[in-house]
Amino acid sequence: MSTTTGERTLSFDEALASFDPVMGLEVHVELGTNTKMFCGCPTEFGAEPNTQVCPVCLGLPGALPVVNAVAVESAIRIGLALNCSIAEWCRFARKNYFYPDMPKNFQTSQYDEPIAFDGYLDVELEDGSTFRVEIERAHMEEDTGKSLHVGGATGRIHGATHSLVDYNRAGIPLIEIVTKPIVATREKAPEVAKAYVATLRDLLKAMDVSDVKMEQGSMRCDVNLSLMPRDGDTFGTRTETKNVNSLRSVERAVRYEIGRHAAVLTDGGSITQETRHWHEDTGITTSGRVKSDAEDYRYFPEPDLVPVAPSRETVEALRATLPEPPAARRKRLQADWGYSDLEMRDVVNAGLVELVEDTVAAGASPAAARKWWSGEIARRANTEGEDVPSYAARLGVTPAHVVELEGLVTSGRLNDSMARQAWEGVLDGEGTPTAVADARGLELVQDTGALESAVDAVIAANPDVAAKIRDGKVQAVGALIGQVMREMKGQADAGAARAIILERLGQA
Amino acid sequence: MADLTRDDVAHLAGLARIDLSDAELDRMVGELGVILESVATVQQAPIADVEPMSHPLPLVNVTRPDVVRPSLTPQEALAGAPESEQQRFSVPRILDEE
Repeated sequence: MSTTTGERTLSFDEALASFDPVMGLEVHVELGTNTKMFCGCPTEFGAEPNTQVCPVCLGLPGALPVVNAVAVESAIRIGLALNCSIAEWCRFARKNYFYPDMPKNFQTSQYDEPIAFDGYLDVELEDGSTFRVEIERAHMEEDTGKSLHVGGATGRIHGATHSLVDYNRAGIPLIEIVTKPIVATREKAPEVAKAYVATLRDLLKAMDVSDVKMEQGSMRCDVNLSLMPRDGDTFGTRTETKNVNSLRSVERAVRYEIGRHAAVLTDGGSITQETRHWHEDTGITTSGRVKSDAEDYRYFPEPDLVPVAPSRETVEALRATLPEPPAARRKRLQADWGYSDLEMRDVVNAGLVELVEDTVAAGASPAAARKWWSGEIARRANTEGEDVPSYAARLGVTPAHVVELEGLVTSGRLNDSMARQAWEGVLDGEGTPTAVADARGLELVQDTGALESAVDAVIAANPDVAAKIRDGKVQAVGALIGQVMREMKGQADAGAARAIILERLGQA
Repeated sequence: MADLTRDDVAHLAGLARIDLSDAELDRMVGELGVILESVATVQQAPIADVEPMSHPLPLVNVTRPDVVRPSLTPQEALAGAPESEQQRFSVPRILDEE
């Protein structure tokens, strides 16, 4: 089986001409608790192998699991944030399977009694419309261990002679959030999938229940997809593409599977219900294992744990701890900041909301905060493959720097182009904006006499342009301002230059 | 489940990753059948007035605070493992299914 070449696919448009996509998204979120779901082992990412294990999470005989109170609270809060009903009484269940990633030979999960069910999450799309994704359930379970396959090519399981297992991750609390079938998205299916995962990530981050780092696996997405004939009402056979672990990949995986399913169905074939592996590098999926039926997992209620029965008072108290939903928060901030829809979307997409908020709180104008965080620093961060907040944190560039820079402009010491130079100096590690301005000798010439002489010289050298402006073509003034600024070696206030030119030419 | 078939046993063996020969399959159909029949006796228990239960004690919400307790050392954790390598549990080749 090749993992580098894909199967035949139809183009996205061809596929949609004949079929309607139906999606189901399963997102696993590792909770940010101090300890595991059923034992007191720590949950640090990246610890040495098998240093965070105990008899409970190793499934040793006689060990007794006890539920982590904070994990249950987080699960309820997540359910509430997803507008779910919270079970009055529910149990854990054993999901039995023989695979070495769980030393117990079962995963403690929830089966037919999830802690939260029947909710929804509204997601905003690029065109400004809102799409409601219905939530089937959110249930509690535990993560599995990590396997390292030895002897095969490049760590793949295929051809491996044996596997090495680290159980540090086994038992870390997971919440699995499952949508109802997402229908009628048509060509927006890939975008809806991506927007849903992004919105969920933002929500969970705002709630501080998980660090939601897709690249570290603390948030993972499985994409279920099937096609049905255009305008039909019977779902087709679905495939489940596992571990699609970036927002961009969610979008690409949906798009790829739509094209692949369409090709199989158009060629008269049928889709096998199976898991598919997502290949980030090539952007394709390949066949995995044939999916076990639920009954093969022989679920039964976990006899070592007692039921979880949150009182309605507890649920309401937890509801009161929910933060403002990200979408509502964005709307409020946009109004406060006076940004256009496009400006706000750019700020959100660049992950700058918190930085701008902190910068405005520190005293900058919203316009300056947006301008400086989305300019040169965003370009440099992008080159480094980093997002602006982490890049800025690494460089030690803070909201206070932006406040100071804006102050240098409003006080009249720097014009815009000087401020850009000062900002570049800050990003180059030359110190604060003031220190950079001092070191680089950035200072507007305040001598109006010098500016007036420069204006007179430029008018004299450009009689044609000057005549046009005298005749009322005020927009031609830009050409003269540019020359004045060159005369002044950039160290003049362009606004002042403009005012003097217009005054000299009788247009003031 | 009175009529356990050879296919049922083969399916269960597959789930349990147990490789059974044809002769063993035939034998297990018989042996498992006897076990199921014996266990089926519990179906005669008079449970009409009894609520289903999954735990013998009428308890709910038994939790622990989210406080770290010492883990085992890796040496202790691996002490019972037949094989270990790179401070990890070494397990036989996992079937080519993923």
